[in-house]
Amino acid sequence: MKEVLLLKCGEIVLKGLNRKTFEDRLLKNLSRRMKHVADCEISMRQSVVYVEVPEDADADAVMDCARHVFGFATISRAAVCPEKTLESVLETAQSYLAPRFAQAKTFKVETKRGDKKFPMTSTEISQHVGGELADRFPDVRPYMHGPDLTVHVEIREKYAFVHAGPEPGAGGMPIGSNGRAALLLSGGIDSPVAGWMMAKRGLELVGVHFFSYPYTSERAKDKVLELGRKLTVWCGRMSVMVVPFTKIQEEIRAKCHEELFTLIMRRFMMRIAERVAVEYGCGALITGESLGQVASQTMPAMGVTGAVCELPTFRPCIGMDKEEIVTIARKIDTFETSILPYEDCCTVFTPKHPNTKPKMPKILEAESHLDVDALVNEAVEGVEIIHLP
Amino acid sequence: MHYLDNAATTAVLPEAAEAAMHAMCTCFGNPSSLHQMGIDASRLLEDSRKVVAAALGCLPEETYFTSCGTESTNISLRGVAHLNRHQKGRIITTEIEHAATINTAKQLAAEGYDVVFLAPDETGHITPVALESALTEDTVLLSCQLVNNEIGTVQPVAELGAMLKAKAPRALFHIDAVQGLARVKLTPKKWNCDLMSVSGHKIGAPKGIGALYVKKGLRLPPLMFGGGQEKGMRPGTEALPNIAAFAKACEIRMAHFDEDFQHVQSLADYLRQQVAAQLPEAVFNGAGDIPHVVNLSLPGCKSEVLLHVLEGDEVYVSSGSACSKGKQSGVLKALGLPKARTDSALRVSFCPANTKEDIDALIAAAQKGVKLFKR
Repeated sequence: MKEVLLLKCGEIVLKGLNRKTFEDRLLKNLSRRMKHVADCEISMRQSVVYVEVPEDADADAVMDCARHVFGFATISRAAVCPEKTLESVLETAQSYLAPRFAQAKTFKVETKRGDKKFPMTSTEISQHVGGELADRFPDVRPYMHGPDLTVHVEIREKYAFVHAGPEPGAGGMPIGSNGRAALLLSGGIDSPVAGWMMAKRGLELVGVHFFSYPYTSERAKDKVLELGRKLTVWCGRMSVMVVPFTKIQEEIRAKCHEELFTLIMRRFMMRIAERVAVEYGCGALITGESLGQVASQTMPAMGVTGAVCELPTFRPCIGMDKEEIVTIARKIDTFETSILPYEDCCTVFTPKHPNTKPKMPKILEAESHLDVDALVNEAVEGVEIIHLP
Repeated sequence: MHYLDNAATTAVLPEAAEAAMHAMCTCFGNPSSLHQMGIDASRLLEDSRKVVAAALGCLPEETYFTSCGTESTNISLRGVAHLNRHQKGRIITTEIEHAATINTAKQLAAEGYDVVFLAPDETGHITPVALESALTEDTVLLSCQLVNNEIGTVQPVAELGAMLKAKAPRALFHIDAVQGLARVKLTPKKWNCDLMSVSGHKIGAPKGIGALYVKKGLRLPPLMFGGGQEKGMRPGTEALPNIAAFAKACEIRMAHFDEDFQHVQSLADYLRQQVAAQLPEAVFNGAGDIPHVVNLSLPGCKSEVLLHVLEGDEVYVSSGSACSKGKQSGVLKALGLPKARTDSALRVSFCPANTKEDIDALIAAAQKGVKLFKR
C-alpha cells in the first residue's frame, strides 16, 4: 500500500509577507534530511507538506526522520487511496487501519474535503464510511465523544488519504531560518540541551569546544563530537571548532589568583567563541548556563564573563532546574554520553573557593598580567574544524 | 613504549598467538564433529584443558572454559544463588571486589538474598575475624578476591576458607583469582575453595577467554542453554583459538613462575626506591603483598591528567580512580583514604617483560607531570 506523510507546518504559518522564505527553508531542510533515508517525492500545498514514500522504502525510517525536523506541528502517516472514490476510501481504511481497529473498542470517522468538487459533503462521507466500517468491524462500536480510534479521511485535490490521526512533530522553526549561532560545548549535560533548544528556534549550530591536552583527553574530545553527532539527528549537519586551550589555562594558572581561575578562563572562552562565531557568520553565542548552578553561573559571574562579548549570548537553560535539563537530555539522547566520566575543560584546576561575587576591577587587574590578545589570536589560529556527521 | 598497565590487560605472547593461529587455520574443526578434523580439535581442546588445569591447581575435569573472568564469576554467584533459590540465605562478599562480583551481588540482593559486603582493614585485607562476625548459619556463599586489582593485596584465603567451612559447613567458597593466576600459586583444594574464576588476557592470552574451576561433585546450573559443551555448564562451540592460546600462555608463565616472580619483585623494589628518591611527595596505597601491582598517589596531581602526561612519553599506566567527575575508586575509598589521595592515585602493574628502563621512563615522565601542577 502506498503511504504518504502529511506534515503540517507549525508557527511559520503565522508569518506575513516573508512566509515564503520560511517555507522554502523548511522544504529545503526536509529534502536534505530525507535524502539520506529514501528517495521521496516532497511537495507543499496550503501549508501541508506531502512526503510520498516509495513502495520499496522503509516507511518507519522516513517517519522517524520527519519527527526530527524542526518546523512541523504535526505529522500524519496516511495511506493513499488508489482512486478518489468512496469505495476506494472504504477499502483502504479497512485494510490499512485493521491493526488499529483490532486494538480499539470504539471509533468514529472525521472527514476533511479539500476538493470541493467531490460529490458528497464531509458529513455525508463520514456517515457513509463510518456506517460501512461499523458493519465490517462488528466488535468496534461507533462512538462520537472521545473514541479510541478516529479514522481520518482527507479528500485532497490529487488524492484521497486515510489515517488514524496526527502525532506531534518536532515543533519549533526551520533550522537556519533565524540564522546561525555558536554553541559552547563542554561535554556536560547542559550545553547539548541548550544547543537543541536554540536549534529548535531555527538556529543553525556551530559547535565550539575547548581542548586542553593533557588536562583533557582525546576521549573527552570524542565525547563532545559524539554529542555533536547526536544533535545532528535534529539539526542535520554541524561543524565543531576545536580550540587548543592548554596554553591559556597554564598561563592563567601561573599568573592569576586561584579564586579567579574559572572566571578568567570563561572570559577567554567567550572571547574566542565570539571570534570564531564572527568568522563563521554566527550572530550569537549559546551556552548551557543555569542561574546559580555552579560558582561561575551566579549573576555577578555571568555579568563578568558576558562583558567580553558584543554578540548576544543565548542561555536557554537559565531558568531551568537540573532535573528539567536532564529530562530534555534524555529525550534528545545526549544524557548517557554526557555523563561519561572524563575530565573536561571545566573540571581541571577548579579552585577550592571560587569567587562567586566577582568585581570587575579585580578581574581586569588579574588579566593585566596576561597578554590577552596574543593568547586569543594564537588559540583562534589553531582551531581545528570537524564536520559532522 | 613503556607498558605498565598489565593488570588491565597484557600483550599476547607470540607463542600464544601462534597457537591461536594454528587453531584458526590448521586445526579448525569443531570439537563436536565426528570426523578426523573434529577429533583433532577435540584433542587440542582436552590437551589445553590439562595445561590450564595445572595452572589452576586442579583436575582437568574440574576446569571449564568460559569467555572471560566476568562470566566465570557470574556462573559462580548466580549458580550458587539458584541452588538456594527457595530458602535464599546470606551471601558474603567484600567492598573491594571487581565490578563483576559487586554488581552481580547487588542484583542478587535485589532478588531477595541477604548480601553482606565486608570492609577491609586499613591495609586492604579481609581478616578472618571480620568474616566471622558476618557468618550466619544460613550463609550460602563467600566470594572473595585472591589478589586485589588496584592495590595488589593478597587475601588470606586459606584462613577465610577454613573459617567459612567451620562456621557454615553448607556454604560454598568462590575465589576471584583473575589477578592471581601465574602471580600466586593457586591451590584451591588447600583453601577449601569450591569455585575459582580466572581470565586469559591478564597473562598473555587474547581477550575473550576465561576459565572456571568447579570442585568435583559440585554441579551448577548454566547461565545459558545450548548444545551441551563444557558438560552443559557453558554451552556454545568452544573458542578453540582462544583456548589453545590460553593454554600456551599458562604453560609459558608456569614454566618460568619463580624467575618471573623474582624479576617482577626486583622491578617493584626498584620502583619504590626510585619513587622515594625522586618523587618525595608520593605515597604508596595498600600493603602491596605481591610485586605485580603498585598503587601510589601524588597528592595534588589529578590522576587522569597525570596519566595523559605519562602517555605523552609513551608510558602507560592506569588511574587508580577514574576522575573528579564523581567516579572514585571504590577500593581506595574502602581503605578510608582521603580524597586528595584517591583523586591522584596511579596504578603501575608489571609483567615479566618489563625492565628497569620502563621504570626510569615512568619516573622521568611523572616528574614532568608533577611540575605541571606546581605553581
